[in-house]
Amino acid sequence: MAGFVLRRALLVLPSLFGLLIVTFLLIRMVPADPAAALAGDNATPAQVQAIREQMGLDQPLPAQFLRYLGDVARLDFGNSSYSSRPVALDIRERLPATLELTFAALLIATVLGVPLGVIAAVHHNRWPDFLLRVLSVAGIAMAAFWLAIMLQMLFAMRLGWLPLRGQLSVGLTAPDGPTGSVLLDSLIAGRLDIFTDALRHLVLPAVTLSLGGLATITRFTRAGVLETLQKDFVGYGRAVGVPRRRLVWIYVLRNSVVATVTQIGLLFGGLIAGAVVVESIYDWPGIGSYTVQAILTADSKVMLAVTLLIGLIYAVVNILTDMVHALIDPRLRDEG
Amino acid sequence: MAVDTLAVTGLKVSIQGDEGTARILDHIRLHLAPGRILGVVGESGCGKSTLIRAILGILPEGARVEAGEVMFEGENLLAFSEAELNRNVRGSRISFIPQDPYLALNPLFTIGQQLTETLRWHAPALRSNAQRRARLVELLRRVQLPDAEGALDRYPHQFSGGQRQRLLIAAALACSPRLVIADEPTTALDVTTQQQILVLLRELVTEFGLSMLFVTHDLGVVAELCDAVCVIYSGQTVESGPTAPLLKAPLHPYTRALLGCHPERSEGFAGIPGAVPSPLRAPPGCRFAPRCAHARPACSARAPHLLTPEPGRQVDCILYEQDTVPA
Amino acid sequence: MLILRKFARDLPAMLGLGIVLVVVFLAIFGPWLAPYPQDAFQSHLLQRLKPPSAAFPFGTDNLGRDILSRVILGARGALKVALAVVGAAMAIGVPLGLLAGYTRGFVSELIMRVTDVFLALPQLILALALAQLLGASTESAMLALALTYWPYFTRIVQAETRRLSASLFVDALQGLGAGTWRILLLHILPNALSPVIVRATIGLGFTILVAAVLGFLGMGATPPDPDWGLAVAQSRTYLPGAWWFATFPGLAILVAVLGFNLLGDGLRDIADPRLRRSR
Repeated sequence: MAGFVLRRALLVLPSLFGLLIVTFLLIRMVPADPAAALAGDNATPAQVQAIREQMGLDQPLPAQFLRYLGDVARLDFGNSSYSSRPVALDIRERLPATLELTFAALLIATVLGVPLGVIAAVHHNRWPDFLLRVLSVAGIAMAAFWLAIMLQMLFAMRLGWLPLRGQLSVGLTAPDGPTGSVLLDSLIAGRLDIFTDALRHLVLPAVTLSLGGLATITRFTRAGVLETLQKDFVGYGRAVGVPRRRLVWIYVLRNSVVATVTQIGLLFGGLIAGAVVVESIYDWPGIGSYTVQAILTADSKVMLAVTLLIGLIYAVVNILTDMVHALIDPRLRDEG
Repeated sequence: MAVDTLAVTGLKVSIQGDEGTARILDHIRLHLAPGRILGVVGESGCGKSTLIRAILGILPEGARVEAGEVMFEGENLLAFSEAELNRNVRGSRISFIPQDPYLALNPLFTIGQQLTETLRWHAPALRSNAQRRARLVELLRRVQLPDAEGALDRYPHQFSGGQRQRLLIAAALACSPRLVIADEPTTALDVTTQQQILVLLRELVTEFGLSMLFVTHDLGVVAELCDAVCVIYSGQTVESGPTAPLLKAPLHPYTRALLGCHPERSEGFAGIPGAVPSPLRAPPGCRFAPRCAHARPACSARAPHLLTPEPGRQVDCILYEQDTVPA
Repeated sequence: MLILRKFARDLPAMLGLGIVLVVVFLAIFGPWLAPYPQDAFQSHLLQRLKPPSAAFPFGTDNLGRDILSRVILGARGALKVALAVVGAAMAIGVPLGLLAGYTRGFVSELIMRVTDVFLALPQLILALALAQLLGASTESAMLALALTYWPYFTRIVQAETRRLSASLFVDALQGLGAGTWRILLLHILPNALSPVIVRATIGLGFTILVAAVLGFLGMGATPPDPDWGLAVAQSRTYLPGAWWFATFPGLAILVAVLGFNLLGDGLRDIADPRLRRSR
């Protein structure tokens, strides 16, 4: 298994390298002269030249790229022009909130999406299937920002069941803890009141973010189950008197989730991007709202760091997805 | 006279598809006496798999039994509900050996997980998983599978084709069935393995007091294994009888042509002119008539007659009505 | 014929076709159909935030404009953006895909690696960043979306081209001395068309959705355009009182995108009988 993971990890390296090149070219090319931009309109040519040398911009591109690689390796992305703090520090503080949100959304999407997909497939081309197909397409078609506002309006403003925005109620502060996640740290600290409050704050953003993923997982599970139902072993199971329900939910499902697992992996990247909109509407203190701020204030260092971060998460999730595949399918394990 | 283990009469099955209704089985008749092996022979597409599915009550969506009876030990299976079939017939009193042992096993589960599944539902005497596994191991030894103990924890892709077929044969015996339906169980195997499996099946039928319905397109296998034969052409039973006389002196023109096609049994390779008709556009009356050298107008005018020219033998052909044996 | 009958029996796909036809109809004839076409620009401060009534079935917005009219008028903008973006993305993506699929070697590799990197980049963030760089306007949103959507076409066309150029009929054509571009344009492209059409249909819906997000975040359409995403953004200040202000423009987005996606799904089922549905 260790060798398996290592090989998959090596396969991801080229695309990470490609990502580094693209981001490097983007920051070097987009503002025609970053040194001049940094020095301001009133700078003398000598001042601009000094900044240029200081930034290493007078060196040839490959040397600049090496320097850039070094910066990235040391997680040195410079200071955010908005918060005036190191970008890496900001990201470290905000990442747990985003992970909390995306994992919650992924959990909702998987726990509901897989059974719904199976139900649709079992009732292929009958009304539950039609209904679920239209609903799942609607889930993908629904603008997350609109859903967020509708949910806020109904559950927070009108009914008052759930909080409107933020991660914790005013007056509460998250206990310090090893994970940085409010939910986990409050559990570790034994502060159930904070945990419950954080959970209540999580519901609406997580539901909003989960919707697109829920729809995708439903569709992929449906397609996978439909395909698996055609397999001979299903016919054999029926012929030897295994109840259909058990065949579908245990045997067929496991074969069908292979495609779904890939989708869950791909979704994770999509969810982090989707968090941009959802976090900014719910004032969730994560990477997403940070990105929106960075975009609105043209904070290029933050945008660069976030792009790299998402690329990295994408790569890691890809490796994890392959590992889950190997757990599901013994044939892959034997390949080594 | 003892009740037949399986007696199918006048079975008609049609499938509703995009292009219309196709009668896959037109009139099927077969009788399987207790303790015997009946070979059901026909070319691919003649309705063999549909017949098996109809007997087991697992016809695909859109398929419907229009008429007929499937009597199993004196009970009409067609009158059983899905739940009754699952509880008392499939996997318990009637078991099944599939054509392709590789495709019939789920690649993601161990052999033990899959094969104990049938026992879980149909062998209530075996209460624990350990008892079920013990029963399987005992049977795996009987079918001469190497490393019977270790086999249950391995995955399907870790076995050879012949070994997988042994696994499924053991599984078919596990719940002490009265009837085993085998769907071309040797087709996917090489010749040597095929031979070993046939010998094994013959032994097991005697040893376990089974009856077996053996579906195949291979007359050589039939000659070797079966006590009686039922020949099917395009969803119609054309001829049936004890193996030796039937193969030696076939009555129906289709059986004769089929035997003529069998290179080991004839001097020249004759072949049959024309092709099996699509069930969508099946000719009326005897479906073989358009390809038959002895066809007359009457053949297509009405359903073929069932005749008993000699004791134990039956043929559905107009030629024998006047007792005139054609040259 | 069998295909058409099958399509006609696919209820969700027919629903999608119906919605798409309505959206196209509204985009063309909107100004004649809207009850108050002048409300695209005029405000009537005396009738702000009126709830739905006979006179204003969807209510009025913060500037007293009829929301129904603005929803109808918004169809044209949404469809225009979608068509322009998908058209431009196809114009970039399809030739690159043909090139990458038909040739082998450095150029083909380079195109596909760049495509992969673009597909791995978070599309929305890239589009937002580009839109910010180019200045907030409908045009820069369109450009940003086109620049992020072309890789989908490249990948599809590349895969189809590779499959088709391995097939026998291309060998035969080469044997007959047909030129490369002639083979690509007259023989391969038409065969690769059905997945492209499916992707384009879904792309139209997807673009309407992302354009609405850009509009919502203030990176797309600018006031007083009757833009659906912009309207939802403007409504936030007036919630929960003026629920209709946020609800109806958002529903318009949902229904329009739903229509294109359902239609795309139905087309995919016809083009690809293997039931597999991706996003």
